[in-house]
Amino acid sequence: MRTFVSVTGLRKSYGAHRVLDGIDLTIPQGTVFSLLGPNGAGKTTTVQILSTLIKADAGEVWVAGHDLAKEPDEVRAAIGVTGQFSAVDSFLTGEENLRLMADLLHLGRAKGRERARELLERFDLTDAARKPAATYSGGMRRRLDLAMTMVGTPRLIFLDEPTTGLDPRSRRTMWQIVRDLVQQDGVTIFLTTQYLEEADELADRIALLSQGRLVAEGTPEELKRMVPGRHIVVRFADPDGYRRAADHVGATSSNDAALTVQIPDSGGVRTLRKLLEWLDTHAVEVAELSVHTPDLDDVFLTLTQEPSTKEPSR
Amino acid sequence: MRAVTDSATMLRRQVKHIWRYPTLILTFAAVPVVFLLLFVYVFGGTMGAGIGGDRAAYVSYLTPGILITTIVGAAQGTAISVATDMTEGIVARFKTMAIARVSVLTGHVLGAMVQTFLAIAMVTVVALLIGFRPSASVLDWLGVVGVLAMFTFAITWLSVALSVSSKNVATASNLPMPLMLLPFLGSGFVPTESMPAGLRWFAEHQPVTPVIETLRALLAGRPAGSSFLEAALWSAGIALVSYLWARRLYNR
Repeated sequence: MRTFVSVTGLRKSYGAHRVLDGIDLTIPQGTVFSLLGPNGAGKTTTVQILSTLIKADAGEVWVAGHDLAKEPDEVRAAIGVTGQFSAVDSFLTGEENLRLMADLLHLGRAKGRERARELLERFDLTDAARKPAATYSGGMRRRLDLAMTMVGTPRLIFLDEPTTGLDPRSRRTMWQIVRDLVQQDGVTIFLTTQYLEEADELADRIALLSQGRLVAEGTPEELKRMVPGRHIVVRFADPDGYRRAADHVGATSSNDAALTVQIPDSGGVRTLRKLLEWLDTHAVEVAELSVHTPDLDDVFLTLTQEPSTKEPSR
Repeated sequence: MRAVTDSATMLRRQVKHIWRYPTLILTFAAVPVVFLLLFVYVFGGTMGAGIGGDRAAYVSYLTPGILITTIVGAAQGTAISVATDMTEGIVARFKTMAIARVSVLTGHVLGAMVQTFLAIAMVTVVALLIGFRPSASVLDWLGVVGVLAMFTFAITWLSVALSVSSKNVATASNLPMPLMLLPFLGSGFVPTESMPAGLRWFAEHQPVTPVIETLRALLAGRPAGSSFLEAALWSAGIALVSYLWARRLYNR
């Protein structure tokens, strides 16, 4: 697959604060790449640099065969940005917003009108086309935002937290739209998100950003293999049962206050059956029992810990 | 070329904003109209006597200063709308597009000029209703419109630059405020000869005074003399410096 974005040694500081500390990335054309990280990890700064909004202190960035530092306008012509804060003009109607984009891209009157109609239809906004964007719901605003990005038929779209604050149904609609963009239009997507589920659903590759560095990169499956496996969590009904069971069920960690223990689940159903039998024989009351399969949350929490929590607190 | 078409597109955007919220122009016209009525009906008798005439003579004396107040007041409104726009995601979008970058600001300036001229027209109508009797010829009127346009262009660019330089909307709305004093500290309301020496020196050498003097002369059908050139130079200077400053701040 052809490489569409390549980044080497990207650095950015604000005063003494080092936001990006040497980032390397490669994104093949027509794939979804997701950048994950806690708040303040440098996700938005990365997007701002790659989308030509701010300049990097050091590093090389190539987008669509153009050097970002030397040919920013060529890069701008190849990209589209749908930001964290919706980039629509609230005073204008949906149609006017799209026509504004068409005019700025010099599409010409007839072609601009045609493109606006087409995108309103595609993003299910035809009924609201003549209403000011200020009256739109959150999901409609995001769709209009993305439609505006699509007016220029970009080959790379930055989606900076595209579903933050949306209800579950609108979120699923957005996901389908993103999948269509990749499959039907062959667009390359650079996605940042704080929802790990979203990255899991959409991304071909995921990179984890923590304190300005990439701490892991791979497919969602590869990342999930990086953390400890399945385990069972038991919460006991009373302190007595908790005390009696804690030393006998093979717990790897326990919490005195919450009355919970964690048991590694290597043997699948057999481990579970043995545990239940022991609890039954010893008449220990259980308040709650759950089997936990590692997901991206675990990867995220394990790999992006703050330095203060890594060091012993005593 | 690209800069011209993109600025025209951005102007269309601003005109749509004005069209959708026409009451903003009423807001721009309200303060100068209140000033006009206050000064004519409360102070007018005394002031008129001060310039060797009556209340009616003072209406004619006052109107150019009130027009300047209109321009400065509208510029303050423009500063707020630019600052608000800068906080919106749409400006970030414009910055990631291959368009003439400064066209966003140019659109604001041109849109603000349309708005300011509508406000000026309303204020002028009120002045005419309460006894303003200009004796300007058609050519003089063209001069009046030209001087107003030059000065509006300059002050609007200045307030756009101040607005882009400020970190939030509140600061942006306050920064152009001192400009509101200039017609008072000039020949807007009383002749500068009546002021104490230091103040009088300032009043006679600040940019608003030659603009007011030019308007006053043209509206009375008199030749504007050297004040016209002074007004043009001040306007061009303020516009150029503000434009370059605003452009640098915006591209940062």
